[in-house]
Amino acid sequence: MTPRETPPAAAPPDRPPPGRIAAQAHRLSLLNGLFEFRALIALAALIVLFGVLTDSFLTVPNLIRTAEHIAANGVVALGMLLVIIKGGIDLSVGSVIGLSGVVAGELLEGLDLRFVDVIAYPPVWGVIVLCVAVGMLVGLVNGVLVTRFEVAPFIATFGMLYVAQGLALLISGGSTYTNLDGSPQLGNTGFGLLGNARPLGIPASIWIMIALAVAVMLALTRTPFGRWLYAAGGNERAAELSGVPINRVKTVVYVISGACAALAGLLIASELTVAAPQAGETFELNAIAAVVLGGATLNGGRGTVRGTLVGVIVIGLLVNGLMLLDVSLFWQILIKGSLIIFVVMLDQGQRRLQRHRSAVSALATGGRPD
Amino acid sequence: MKTAATKVLSARAVTKVYGGTHALRGVDFDIAAGRVTALFGKDGAGTSTLLKILSGVEQPTTGHVELDGEPVRLLSPRDAADRGISVIPQKLSLCPNLSIQDNLFLTREICGGPWVIDRSAQRATSAAILRSLGEDLDPDRLVGALSPAQQQIVGIARALVQEARVLIMDEPTSTLTPSEVEALFRVIGGLTASGVAVAYASHQPDRALRIADDVAILRDGRLVAAANAKTLDIRRIVEQMAGRAPDSPFPHHIPLTEKEPPREELLTLRGLSVADPANPGRLAIDDLSLTVGKGEIVGIYGLMDSGLTELLEALAGRASSQSGDVLLSGIPLENASIRDRIDRGLVLVPGDRRRDGLVQTMSLGENLSLAGLDRFVRRLFVSRERELDAVDQMISDVTLGTGDAGTPVESLSGGDQQKAVIGRALLTDPLVLLLDEPSRGVDIGAKADIFQLLAARARRGLAVLFTTLDAEEALHIPDRLLVLTRGVVTGDFRRGAITREELMSVLDGAAIGHAEGGAR
Repeated sequence: MTPRETPPAAAPPDRPPPGRIAAQAHRLSLLNGLFEFRALIALAALIVLFGVLTDSFLTVPNLIRTAEHIAANGVVALGMLLVIIKGGIDLSVGSVIGLSGVVAGELLEGLDLRFVDVIAYPPVWGVIVLCVAVGMLVGLVNGVLVTRFEVAPFIATFGMLYVAQGLALLISGGSTYTNLDGSPQLGNTGFGLLGNARPLGIPASIWIMIALAVAVMLALTRTPFGRWLYAAGGNERAAELSGVPINRVKTVVYVISGACAALAGLLIASELTVAAPQAGETFELNAIAAVVLGGATLNGGRGTVRGTLVGVIVIGLLVNGLMLLDVSLFWQILIKGSLIIFVVMLDQGQRRLQRHRSAVSALATGGRPD
Repeated sequence: MKTAATKVLSARAVTKVYGGTHALRGVDFDIAAGRVTALFGKDGAGTSTLLKILSGVEQPTTGHVELDGEPVRLLSPRDAADRGISVIPQKLSLCPNLSIQDNLFLTREICGGPWVIDRSAQRATSAAILRSLGEDLDPDRLVGALSPAQQQIVGIARALVQEARVLIMDEPTSTLTPSEVEALFRVIGGLTASGVAVAYASHQPDRALRIADDVAILRDGRLVAAANAKTLDIRRIVEQMAGRAPDSPFPHHIPLTEKEPPREELLTLRGLSVADPANPGRLAIDDLSLTVGKGEIVGIYGLMDSGLTELLEALAGRASSQSGDVLLSGIPLENASIRDRIDRGLVLVPGDRRRDGLVQTMSLGENLSLAGLDRFVRRLFVSRERELDAVDQMISDVTLGTGDAGTPVESLSGGDQQKAVIGRALLTDPLVLLLDEPSRGVDIGAKADIFQLLAARARRGLAVLFTTLDAEEALHIPDRLLVLTRGVVTGDFRRGAITREELMSVLDGAAIGHAEGGAR
């Protein structure tokens, strides 16, 4: 509704042409629908595109291989989703993936406790618990930095990215762990099952991601914590004055994000039967891109599990499809970067559109602009 | 009606339509050289829109603007400023992190070479202009460190740097004490004496009328009066603004009896002092004691930024440095968190809905249930049926225009949004309800609804403590009225025990006494 279009000399219209606002609102809601379902639209486009361009894209082995890749990314993205709903960001997850794998490798190859002259071989479940605990610890540090010391999330987690990476390099001495199988005598075999078992023909990592997704979805939609999180992300001051324990909510999301990253690190190490300190590089960017592609805004307050999963799948299929097309790794990097920029532009566009929409609806309901 | 003085800036038959709403309907308005033209109107009457059009922020839908009798199109605020029209908005648009001289010359820097700012020239000019306005401030001081009154002067000085011939001021005195208002009026007097045309927009005519030469009154987007100020008295103006007699009754809840039985004390403040969060060296609230009894409505009246918001936020438990005691039903609250206070029956309805009240990304229902969510939890999960039942009940209790819990809260009108924030607080079953300016930005119908709701709840025992900047409200709503000036209680009255004029003089006298005490 731009009044400037009306020439100043025209007679004052007593009412604006009927239906004009309604038509505009309708157009906007269509456009908004496109934004809302952008991830699904992208998904359909990718499937058609790669299905036509390659023979192997729509085959069971390829899809399962892709699914394994998607699972690790999905687990990270689910943690990232919580942080982004709060309006924060967690850049440390990539390093936590590496750190978690390295800790697992160190524990499985035998933890050398020099002072007591013992080499400890914890059982696999113990390894998993310890690695997730390490991820939670990094998340806790992030949370405390953000809440107690009021460090901006970008800076706090950016710093922890290097701290966790440094730790991983120190523990591993910069090398990779290749002997993750354990030995029957020591009772620590079975780590490889995490990434390679296929209950009902579907990789265990996919089951883990699905279970995690259900848990996160329930937490977001059905528990007070979820409501608090959306409220704190939508308007922190209002949530605080309504009695929402802001600092607790913030800390918890970083702890969960750290735990998810550590779990993803275990999945990757188990799948490849190799643990490397740099295993998780750029995972944080994939996760952020997936969450935003799935309809969340970096401003906070919005975002869903369903959208995030679709976002993860889109990115996973894109990478897989480009590989099948023999697109060079360098081009892949460039394309992924462009996708991330494009997705953030979409995010901005959606926010502008929403502002515009509320303005139009306020005008339609006769809200006074004075 | 019209004066012989030269009209500098005029609106001619200006209409402004936003969507389906007429903000202005065929308004004629003149600002004359060397005179102060006061523009009065209640919230939503169209005053802000008219000022926006005169300063190039908005374009009229029909009609036009004349400068020196010639039709002009003011394309932007910058365009208007280049033509000598300068605006001082209600919320000053100064950069607190820059010095006075940087602010004065922002975008009009005096440059020595092609790229280098000539600071000494700027400093000399700044000092001269500030002196001419009677404020001998160091041009290198940071604007953020200045008092509201000094910032107002810096705003005027900036207009003078821009060589403004027309100065438009929107509600310039709302944050100023009476003595500061006097100083500002002297400055305005000096400006008009040198030929500047001044327009002064206000919701509150009592102050502006003292310096106005001409008066124009808007109501519902129409010009309802334009006259020489000498021909109008304040009663007529208030009548014209409201479209009704000014003293028409607000909802009374209980007729006051001469002797009241003592009420059970629910909220007790003893010697409460609160540091000013924006300015930690000063106290926002200084040694305040008061009680609010069961079923009692207590109002606190004061100027904008006089500590009202800080008081209520401190009571609600938002972290701030405070001393003294706050007791709820006789039990000290100590350092209880916001959550604890809500659980114990003390909850705040914040004044700034957009910033502190609503979660814009959530629905009406989710906003309503946010503070009282724990009552709907079964095992781990929120019971949707229980939540919806309570939310629907509350929607009808607070007479929200829409009946749907799923409505996006952003799409509600200002009045309905305010009712939603109040409903959220009521859903926690409070003993004491704190409301910061509950009628801010709310239309007259919703305002009546809100005060009726509060009265009904008070009859059922709720203790209500609310703040207001509106004298009418202060006089008619509360059972007991406190007047707060710069964090100090300067008056304490029962309803009906004070007239409007007396209330004004309390505010004035206290502030003058305060200033003489050298507290600043």
